[in-house]
Amino acid sequence: MKQVTPLTITGGTLVTPKGHLDGAVRLEGGLIAALGPQVRPGEGDTVIDARGKLVAPGLVDLGVFAVDKPAFHFGGITRAALMPDQSPPLDYPSRVNYIAKSGKPDLWVHPLAAATRSLQGEELAEIALMKEAGARGVATGRRWIADSGLMLRMLQYAAMLDLVVVAHPEDAGLAGEAAASAGEIATRLGLPSAPAEAETLALARDIALAEMSGARVHFRQVTTSAGFDLVRAAKKRGVNVTCGITPAHFMLSDLATADFRTFARVSPPLRSEADRQAARDAIGEGVVDVIASGHDPRGPEDKRLPFADAEPGVAGAETLLAMTLNLVRDGVIDSARAFEHLATNPARLLGVSAGALVEGFEADIALVDPDAPWVVDRTKMAATADNTPFDGQGAQGRVRALIKGGVVIER
Amino acid sequence: MTSTTPLIEPGRFPAGRLAFPHAHLTGIGHLERHEILFLLAAAEEWVKLNREGEKRREILAGRTIINAFFENSTRTLLSFEIAGKRLGADVVNMAAATSSLKKGETLLDTAITLSAMRPDAIVIRHGSSGAPQLIAQKVDCPVVNAGDGSHEHPTQGLLDALALREALKRRGDASEDFTGLTVTICGDILHSRVARSNILCLQAMGASVRLCAPPALMPAGIEAMGVEPFYDFDAALDGVDVVMMLRLQTERMAGRFIPSAREYHHLYGLTRSRLANAASHALVMHPGPMNRGVEIDSEVADMIDRSIITQQVEMGVAIRMACLDVLTRERRGVEGWS
Repeated sequence: MKQVTPLTITGGTLVTPKGHLDGAVRLEGGLIAALGPQVRPGEGDTVIDARGKLVAPGLVDLGVFAVDKPAFHFGGITRAALMPDQSPPLDYPSRVNYIAKSGKPDLWVHPLAAATRSLQGEELAEIALMKEAGARGVATGRRWIADSGLMLRMLQYAAMLDLVVVAHPEDAGLAGEAAASAGEIATRLGLPSAPAEAETLALARDIALAEMSGARVHFRQVTTSAGFDLVRAAKKRGVNVTCGITPAHFMLSDLATADFRTFARVSPPLRSEADRQAARDAIGEGVVDVIASGHDPRGPEDKRLPFADAEPGVAGAETLLAMTLNLVRDGVIDSARAFEHLATNPARLLGVSAGALVEGFEADIALVDPDAPWVVDRTKMAATADNTPFDGQGAQGRVRALIKGGVVIER
Repeated sequence: MTSTTPLIEPGRFPAGRLAFPHAHLTGIGHLERHEILFLLAAAEEWVKLNREGEKRREILAGRTIINAFFENSTRTLLSFEIAGKRLGADVVNMAAATSSLKKGETLLDTAITLSAMRPDAIVIRHGSSGAPQLIAQKVDCPVVNAGDGSHEHPTQGLLDALALREALKRRGDASEDFTGLTVTICGDILHSRVARSNILCLQAMGASVRLCAPPALMPAGIEAMGVEPFYDFDAALDGVDVVMMLRLQTERMAGRFIPSAREYHHLYGLTRSRLANAASHALVMHPGPMNRGVEIDSEVADMIDRSIITQQVEMGVAIRMACLDVLTRERRGVEGWS
């Protein structure tokens, strides 16, 4: 659906890269035509009154495992980068091409190409052909590529193609079949566990390879204090790395897995309380670039199992914004920064002109009531499955309207 | 609070179901000290019965108990089966090898199916930690955990406590609990549900617990459970009152966790000379089945005055009778329990 009539959103607080700004934004031809205090609706414009709301960029969710439009729209997500861990995996150009068109017009899905065939970590996939088919990045999938030589060659190739590489830093040998982080909780519950250093080891190697290859490497989830130290130091040296996190890792620690709650089974596993605090600090400091949902809806056949047998994953799209706004209320970041993490930075990594209120960018807008209270209720979720670890918790921040390419999405 | 009489006196425990208010027995971790003591006291009565010629009581007559064992077991299954039968119940066993799990049915569907057959208790052993808790949420009858993954094996913890208390009593120590006692548990702590249940049970009863294992078999953060970890077995044994050896699974002897059974025995095998590091009266325990010559030497396992390994097996039946009795009291309408 192309935008026919220009649309002007008035009276709201614009969330721009330079901070909050009172004014209006005018959307025309699917793009942001003008914004600022002096902007007025044109003749015949549709006008939306956004008084009391934030006029923010639509969220760009980097690294989801399913295309789940109702959940994305509930959460204010207008673009999602899909992980290649699909069945069959996104390791073939025609599949990438199909996925790239699958959400249009009201949701744009940016496929992340599998780095290796069948995500096995053994042979390079046809990355260049997949780029032409619409891939916006390359991903190693849920797993680490153990073969360092292959990882280096893959990174060199991705660097040549100027594609971001989304990596999963978790040393496979240490992680093994672990379902939990080694520590008191895992020991009490008798769960197979791995030391959190599995992340540090993998990060150290991948940072070294990023440095050698010049590739842009994005660690989809960094979750440990030592991991943030490595990323911070690498950035300081000028290595082209970025990192992300999901709300589970800054809201919850491994205490949430007590009583074998499989909705708290995530990959990498929940960490210690000290690591959770380090994550909040790293977000505040700017070491973390992206906050994403990791949306992975899982039904009872994957979750109503003993903890270690259950699949990891959280249906996080609906709670992404509200959980991130917790960080704003706690003073960790301001709300302009929140939308940098949720939209601007992921869009930049994917190389799309979206994710920020900037003239000429895609007119993807979320009208947000940042303080609206609600309760996360898994029985009332829009997602295809109800696996939220935040069930029953109070949340603040709701998307009141969502606009994709200048067109209001009916929800 | 001490007592020499095996019978539960009035007033010794809270009345009726307040003595044991749990619907299921999934772990020792959920139990209070007085609840553990209550189960032990109840089991003591069954110990006496089990030593008589006529061993059958009819308190569970007409009741059905399903032993659902998703993991192989011989002695625990047998012990639960005997316990149920001695209480007069109809006992049926479902073994993993013959179950519909092989046909792809999920654990919860199996549980719901079993529940639909209206058993009065389900006993579950499963290879995954937390499986009995999960099943307990979905069935309408008491669930007894007979071992889940590396999490807990509560009836083993209880039977070990009972065997130890009986052995101490035979020596003239009439204490109700283990205050002042030091126990060393040695072996594959990492994978052992027996170790976890014993740590919790022994501590609840006042004992100090030492653990001994090579680093690869010692779980991270175990100190948080209030135990003292050791790598050196001789140091771990120094002056202790009880030595509890754990079975080393054969698949863990072949290089992934320890180099060899021979080397394990060299460092962690309980030999007569090594036992001399412990107190002169120290008792030896093992949950069985033993790897003689690996974690324990035959001459130690068979020491009549020190080893209580066979008594552990005997107490197992009594403990399981007590658990099945107590957990079904509400549905049987026992006075004060409904």
